Amino acid sequence: MSLLNDPQVRRNVERLPIEFDDYGFDRFGLSRKALVRAYSPMAYIYRHYLKVTAFGLENVPATGRGLIIPNHSGGLGADAAMILTSLMLNDEAPRLGQGMAEYFLTRSPFARPALSRLGHLTGLPEHGEQLLNDERLVLVFPEGARGAGKLYKDRYKLVRFGTGFMRLALKTGTPVIPCAFIGGEESFPQMFHIKWLAKLLNGPFVPVAPQLVLFPLPVACQVYYGPPMHFEGDGSEPDHVIEQYVDDVRHAMERLISTGLDARPRAFMFDRMPDSDEEQKR
Amino acid sequence: MKILITGISGTLARGVAYRLVRRGYEVVGIDRRPWPDVPEGVEMHQADIRKRPAEDVFRIARPDALIHMATVTHFTTTTEERYRINLGGTRKLFEYCHEYGVKQAVFVGRHTVYGATPDSPLYHTEDEPPLAGAAFKELADLVAADLYAGSALWRWPELNTAVLRLCYFLGPSRGGTLSGFLSKSRVPMVMGFDPLYHLMHEWDAEEAITLAVEKQLRGVFNVAGPAPVPLSVVCSATGRRAVPIPEPLYSSVLGRFGFPYLPDDAVAHVKYPIVIDNKAFLEATGFVPRYSAKQTMEGFRWN
Repeated sequence: MSLLNDPQVRRNVERLPIEFDDYGFDRFGLSRKALVRAYSPMAYIYRHYLKVTAFGLENVPATGRGLIIPNHSGGLGADAAMILTSLMLNDEAPRLGQGMAEYFLTRSPFARPALSRLGHLTGLPEHGEQLLNDERLVLVFPEGARGAGKLYKDRYKLVRFGTGFMRLALKTGTPVIPCAFIGGEESFPQMFHIKWLAKLLNGPFVPVAPQLVLFPLPVACQVYYGPPMHFEGDGSEPDHVIEQYVDDVRHAMERLISTGLDARPRAFMFDRMPDSDEEQKR
Repeated sequence: MKILITGISGTLARGVAYRLVRRGYEVVGIDRRPWPDVPEGVEMHQADIRKRPAEDVFRIARPDALIHMATVTHFTTTTEERYRINLGGTRKLFEYCHEYGVKQAVFVGRHTVYGATPDSPLYHTEDEPPLAGAAFKELADLVAADLYAGSALWRWPELNTAVLRLCYFLGPSRGGTLSGFLSKSRVPMVMGFDPLYHLMHEWDAEEAITLAVEKQLRGVFNVAGPAPVPLSVVCSATGRRAVPIPEPLYSSVLGRFGFPYLPDDAVAHVKYPIVIDNKAFLEATGFVPRYSAKQTMEGFRWN
């Protein structure tokens, strides 16, 4: 029962700074009931399987708009799921991270309503703008699918960034919160991709890891949030200005990643990260 | 001030007429259909908007404002006839407005002109092009009429034109597209989809149209009330049963087994949302909807 109805998740969903109507839906079709049902099993994985520790949650604004910009780590989407869960399980100020969903998902039956009930709308710039103007927290992976399909030999190396998120941040006056996800690459070390199968399934890539199944190993993961970055402008700046801003975010993320990599005692760590007080203050 | 309402026998138009009379306006109405118990203060002409008697009403009554609500949907009329009424009629009326010195014209259109597609954003703004015609041929005439009415803004700048794109409405009269879709006890949903539906109370819709004339609105405006709700909630709150039907079978059950009839292309409107941004209208008119989505839907329960 509690696997589908976790008390902490239920409590924090109630506290989200989002307005729900008489039927438990918000103006974008987000459902309170669906949130509890989806985040409860994720909370279990977060606590007991991937043993995630989150650092720097105080950098995430308690209310108001924000853009969370993390690296991709592990090809399964566990990175996104655990970052979202860390935001939800933050008892100080629970937030709902809203992602931008792939087009092929929002065209599919069942996937479309499931995603929109959890707050993940089709990945259109208009949606990012509407959500931020409504004081929501939006999650954007600037590396895109290219970053998710990183092989183990390229672990924690950031690939080329898109610039859309920066124009969005400038246009809506939104602070950017750089974020690093550590452990994903070890929990699902991608050895190679099956290209023909990806082509057949019309998906971005089909990864193969030593465990052979598409499920992460129980490697302890960490999430680091950096201080919010504010940029001046209105989104109409020439490319070189935007690229400079994007590079600033990229450097902030690289610093967070190397901090995170240095902080863990070893890469394949199957116990929770030693959770000293100093680290939590970082 | 004298206000002419075309299509006055329609459910929404009657409500608008009542409101205007109550506020002391002179109301003249044109409709092919009769309005037997027409209230005092409304001068009713049973005529076709495309025919001579309609022009006579303009010439003799000399209205100051026009509210154009004489448009028809696929539920009642064939394609050719719809083009003649919706597009031909709209064109004629705007020409009469110009010719006979009407100062304000309000075209009451529908929010469905934006079209329902998987990749279109929620909260359409007025500057987005209405795309419905491409995927839903039964709406192409209404899209054309909407754009034609909008073109009056530059064609005849001295005529204050407002194009309203009104969301679905529900109310005791049981008029309108959504009421038709909810007319039976069972509502056909497409399995695996649950779009947001933007709806408002019929009385709020009447008030919004009345305000558009009173505030001498100019431009294109989305008109909506409370925030949209998922179709499954619309069904349960109005006491209907939502029946999920696999998409390949969808068109073959319509009009059978106690389901309402819909044209084939309407399936997209049961799969994907059409949600509109009403900020501009609220700012321009100060409109405040009186009924929440819950009140609107639960009020429709026994209809």
